[in-house]
Amino acid sequence: MLRLITFRFLFAFVTLWVVSLVVFIAVELLPGDACEAFLGQMAQGQRLDNCRVEHRLNEPAYVRYIAWAQGLAQGDLGKSIKRSKPLESVIGPRFRNTLILGLTAAALGIPLAIFLGVLAALWRDKKADLFISSAAIFFMTIPEFITGTLLISFFSVYLGWLPGIVIMRVDAPIIEVFGQIGLPVLTLMLVMVAHIMRMVRSSMIDVLASDFVMMSELKGLSKTRQVLRHALPNALLPAINLIALNIAWLMGGVLVVEVVFNYPGIGRLSVNAIADRDFPLVQALALLMASIYVGLNLMADIATLLLNPKLRTRQGAAQ
Amino acid sequence: MNDLLRLEKVSVGYRPIDSEPVLLVNEADLALGPGETLGLVGESGCGKSTLLLSVMGYFKPGLERLSGRVLFEGQDLEQISRDGLQQLRGGAMALIPQNAGQALTPTLKIAVQMFEALRLHSDVPAVHWQRKSIELFERVQLPAPEALLERYPHELSGGQQQRVAIAMALAGAPKLLLLDEPTTGLDVTTQAQVLELLTEIGRTTQTAMVFVSHDIGVIAKTCQKIAVMYAGEIIEAGTQETVMKRPGHPYTQALLASVPRLGQALMPDTMQGRLLEPLNAHKDSCAFEARCLFAEPICRSQKPAMIDTQGHCVKCSQQASITPFQLPDFQSNEAAGSLAPDQGIVLELRDLALTYQSTGLIHRWLHGAPERVVADVSLELRQGQTLGLVGESGSGKSSILRTLAGLQPGLSGAATFLGQHDLLVPVGQRDPEVLRKIQLVFQNPDASLNPRQTIRQIIERPLRLYFQYSAAQCFSEARDLMDSVQLPYDYLGRFPGQLSGGERQRVAIARALAAKPDLLLCDEITSALDVSVQASMMQLLKMLRTQRQLTVLFVSHDLPVVGALADHVIILRHGRICEAGATGEIFEQPTHPYTRELLDAVLPHS
Repeated sequence: MLRLITFRFLFAFVTLWVVSLVVFIAVELLPGDACEAFLGQMAQGQRLDNCRVEHRLNEPAYVRYIAWAQGLAQGDLGKSIKRSKPLESVIGPRFRNTLILGLTAAALGIPLAIFLGVLAALWRDKKADLFISSAAIFFMTIPEFITGTLLISFFSVYLGWLPGIVIMRVDAPIIEVFGQIGLPVLTLMLVMVAHIMRMVRSSMIDVLASDFVMMSELKGLSKTRQVLRHALPNALLPAINLIALNIAWLMGGVLVVEVVFNYPGIGRLSVNAIADRDFPLVQALALLMASIYVGLNLMADIATLLLNPKLRTRQGAAQ
Repeated sequence: MNDLLRLEKVSVGYRPIDSEPVLLVNEADLALGPGETLGLVGESGCGKSTLLLSVMGYFKPGLERLSGRVLFEGQDLEQISRDGLQQLRGGAMALIPQNAGQALTPTLKIAVQMFEALRLHSDVPAVHWQRKSIELFERVQLPAPEALLERYPHELSGGQQQRVAIAMALAGAPKLLLLDEPTTGLDVTTQAQVLELLTEIGRTTQTAMVFVSHDIGVIAKTCQKIAVMYAGEIIEAGTQETVMKRPGHPYTQALLASVPRLGQALMPDTMQGRLLEPLNAHKDSCAFEARCLFAEPICRSQKPAMIDTQGHCVKCSQQASITPFQLPDFQSNEAAGSLAPDQGIVLELRDLALTYQSTGLIHRWLHGAPERVVADVSLELRQGQTLGLVGESGSGKSSILRTLAGLQPGLSGAATFLGQHDLLVPVGQRDPEVLRKIQLVFQNPDASLNPRQTIRQIIERPLRLYFQYSAAQCFSEARDLMDSVQLPYDYLGRFPGQLSGGERQRVAIARALAAKPDLLLCDEITSALDVSVQASMMQLLKMLRTQRQLTVLFVSHDLPVVGALADHVIILRHGRICEAGATGEIFEQPTHPYTRELLDAVLPHS
């Protein structure tokens, strides 16, 4: 099993390396260079030359790639063209904000989704299930900006309970962030819970119909133990990958929600970077998001291995 | 009232929204004293498992008890609270499930699942669970019981899983064991061992048992009383001896006659047609009437009553006038297979060896020479002959077949077809003519027929592929093929889902025959079928063989089935031939101990 995990890790690194190449080459292939793109109509004369010198654009592409990759390996992402400061300080606080938002939504939403999924499966086709399932479809079909707007009008305009918009400095202290993210978290949860809950429900229904759950009933076990020990671990297996994808989606910056609530996360940063033609920033963000997806998929794979004794021991036996 | 278990007119079924309830079990009566063993026999879909589960007060989702009472030790299960019921289940009455591999939770260690049973249903203190489990494992003859506790279910063999399930059932020292086809998925020899164990447990602990099986041979060996079910009704019940020797109901007689026995060349085709659905269609008639050879008008207009003659109950109004079936006399296969020896050799294998592992260079370099799952297999099959390849699961019999069909690479040795074609070539590189001349029929017709194609499309496909027939030619050929496999023409427009299992297998055979093959490979083609259907399938194959001079390689785990059809038999074990010869000789004078073991596990010719 160790070998398998090592192999997965290596594979993840290779994937990231390929992504870094693709990102770099894609930018190279664009007509002109980063400085021309950024400066636009002013891209001439001294200004252009200075910019090129500052961002080492006069050197050959492979030299720059190696320098970039070396920097990445040491945690140095490069320099933003627009803001003329290191990218870490541009991305860092915003990524922190995104993490706070995403992880809060995940930490509240995933257990809730599993809980609701199990309930819906246990009460299959009864009123509670119909209610939970239709609510899930409702929130899956409505785009976040509508949900967000509705929530604002209800919770902050009508009831006045929660702030309707986030007003904070990018690097506000964590406490302050938490005070403001109630509605964005709720918006994200509604969508995510709906997806995961439906997956858990259908896989739980399959598992509940299996011989071993029937056997656990006929062994005289209590309903609670049947569900928690016998059924649930087996029902979660197929849902793990979906959960990982959802976390990755949250951590990659949820643009629409950030815009609706004016939240300073990396979703908005990405859009701004593209609008500003700040290519080093775009590159760094692309790579960051790729790492998040690769990393979470890796974690999902490992979690599946740990939860599923069939995979675990068969691999172990083959060694 | 000294019955341990008593079922009074129990009906189980479901209620469709806007029609009459549909009955899967119809007014079943049963009684069982302490320590008694009762066998419940019937073919698939007759409601025997549903009835068994209702004894535990359990109904699969959608089903419910429509009427009647289940009394356990005089207590009506319906009157017991859920807690009380859960105390009974796994305690005083325990189930041994059909497929232990699926009935054990895959994510929990054996220890966890054993301890659950002990915690709920025994007064063994927690510190001794480990020791008690080991004791129980030893009781069911499991090897290395201590190590076993730390294993997960999938790490055990099928026989071991079944034994764990038995040990778990014994944890609560039950008064009643309910066994739902406990040996069906197992190999013949493992099956014999598990049966022996169960009989021994029943004898020594005085545990009463209800034993459900489609295999009347298994029931006859283990049970004192037998009840036969057909279409949700118990149609005959009595002691083992009476039912086996003097069956009263035409269905029981037909069922007994359909069972393949050693040395019997053919099972008579005793039941025409198939089960009618829905089951409550015969509310005012005998359930078996449509397939019964003795049916009279009264059978159609009146439901027969159960007639009890000295404990032998039969539900048939014609019982007095029925003459019992005469099993056909022993008849050797030599007649059918007596061919001139100068018939050409169709298939020749020389020292064939096979492996599951990759034979690629890198793999060899990393792992050394691949392990051989089949080795030193040589055989010769002449035109018009039928060769039976017998072995238990894992004996390599299906691997040989798959290699001959080109689906799996060979390792070494030679396989020659018609003296010139090398069959170790994978299917993609074979000559189209060779592809046409070798046809394969799979075990499970549900999986091998495309559910979205009509029977006509399925049968015409090879005709178009190999012969470039016109549409009209295809159609007339398809009709001929339907004649050959004895299916009506109007089935051509149907989909496989609208056919019964036996009919689907006939379609699969017709599809194979459409290519006009020189060699027909049959992979366990009757194992998924009920015995009565199996009997008619064997008759069909036998007829086709004579009519078409087919050369057949027939793979099966079932010795009597092979014996009924094949001229020659090869017995495989662990990938090697352990005995080969003419069918009659092997059955009469087996030389290898393993062959004898296989023969012993089979119901004798009565």
